[in-house]
Amino acid sequence: MTASPLLAVRDLRVLIGGRHILHGVDLDVAPQGVTALLGRNGAGKTTTVRGVLGLVPRTGSVLLDGEETVGLPTHTLVRRGIGYAPEDRGIFAGLTVAENLRLAERRGADGPAYGLVHELFPELKRREKQSAGTLSGGQQQMVAIGRTLLNGNRLIIADEPTKGLAPKVVTEVAQVLERAAEAVPVLLVEQNLAVVRRLARHCVVLADGRTAHQGEADGLLGDAEATRRLLGVGRGPLAPFTAEADS
Amino acid sequence: MSTIVLLTMTGLGLGALYFLVASGLSLIFGLMDVLNFAHGALLSIGAYGTWWAASGRLPGAGPGGWGFALAVLFGTAVGTLAAVVLELAVVRPLYTRPREQVLATVGVGLAVPALLSGVWGSDARTFPGPEALSGTFALLGADVPVNRLVLVAAAVVVLVALRLFLGRTRHGLVVRAGVEDRAMVTALGIDVRKAFTLVFAIGGCAAALGGALGGLYFGSVDPRQGTSLLIFAFVVVVTGGMGSVTGAAVAAVVIGLVQQFANYYTAAGLGDLAVVVLLAALLLVRPRGLTGRLA
Repeated sequence: MTASPLLAVRDLRVLIGGRHILHGVDLDVAPQGVTALLGRNGAGKTTTVRGVLGLVPRTGSVLLDGEETVGLPTHTLVRRGIGYAPEDRGIFAGLTVAENLRLAERRGADGPAYGLVHELFPELKRREKQSAGTLSGGQQQMVAIGRTLLNGNRLIIADEPTKGLAPKVVTEVAQVLERAAEAVPVLLVEQNLAVVRRLARHCVVLADGRTAHQGEADGLLGDAEATRRLLGVGRGPLAPFTAEADS
Repeated sequence: MSTIVLLTMTGLGLGALYFLVASGLSLIFGLMDVLNFAHGALLSIGAYGTWWAASGRLPGAGPGGWGFALAVLFGTAVGTLAAVVLELAVVRPLYTRPREQVLATVGVGLAVPALLSGVWGSDARTFPGPEALSGTFALLGADVPVNRLVLVAAAVVVLVALRLFLGRTRHGLVVRAGVEDRAMVTALGIDVRKAFTLVFAIGGCAAALGGALGGLYFGSVDPRQGTSLLIFAFVVVVTGGMGSVTGAAVAAVVIGLVQQFANYYTAAGLGDLAVVVLLAALLLVRPRGLTGRLA
């Protein structure tokens, strides 16, 4: 990564209930495109994201566009231009689709980008009065990602957005993230390496709450030995992502 | 027949009083996970504020007409202010320490009646009210006290206002979302602490209004009134479902009626027991209360 990172995390440590979850994570998010955050289950990916956002107590340094954010309350940090789609989607089941989106509206020069959200996810427009709790997993993920696109964010953080989704919906979500990443850098936590291969230029791998690797995504995913050692998957280079391959 | 009408109207009046206390209690617990044992104190502050103003100590206020309306407004405003101070000074610094938070609200719940006793004595004080509200009206052969109707009307107004607030305003939307997932509301860039203060203010306002109008119902104010009503308000909150305003309204009516009828047809005091038995039976069948949902 030659250009200055949009998000620079240094020595991020998280202690929850007396247990060290992160032992000093270093992570750079490129100013363009998708940066993937990878690692085996329990490596600390979600905690890293939650630590970056201040949703868990943390120490270390988190620079957003060169400005220190550790010490800021989560809502202040998010208002500086971060859209967050959490692992569990963070849907408010008792609210309608429209209310879930409205909640994410922030005051901005251009106003909320409902046009973009409804263009990418026309189903959300059709179902705007439906209770979000009655949506399918894929539709709920659309709401979660739609919320991140509503404001002119500087960074989108998507935590396992394809988890538990049908292959067709995985393709749809990947396409949306690809398009979003043309305008906004994305930090993508993902287990589906085919999606990572399609979307990510850079990647960071965590192991046991520490950074184990940072570099070009192609370099890692094309190296079978490194992929096996760091991620514990595959015996050979991964196949490129296609809807057919994924289904 | 007239007995049943009178018991029903009295039960509804009592239920309205419970609802005024329980609605705020329910929202506060639903949004903030705070068991506010000081909520009864807010009712007492509203009651004493109204009593103080209606006794002629506040210019323009008095026991009759618009003077009484001003006294009620004053008592409600003082209770609301006390709720905001309580949230900012006692509850907020202890958000990360829930046990200490509960203890602190218990402390305030004990300190306020003691303070009221210290200033105005521990005996009940006659509550001044307009003559129009101290009379009765005929309903199906029963002479029903007007103040029952006033309490029911106030509770209906509060219920409608709360539903409009929760359903039609952005702050209400934040509160409803916060009841479901407070952290996610924060992660959307919303300062949920403002919603906390707002909900405390709304809860304090409703409880203080309950205190102001409760003075009409009981005919007097005393320092322990809030604490004894708080116990039944908690029963209402649990019965209605934590965080549900509509559930609290339904539960308040049921509990008010059960209490009145049981007290009359069995023995005085058994109504309180009946309410607790009802709660236990309901929780066995529906552990999340009548609704388990907000509004």
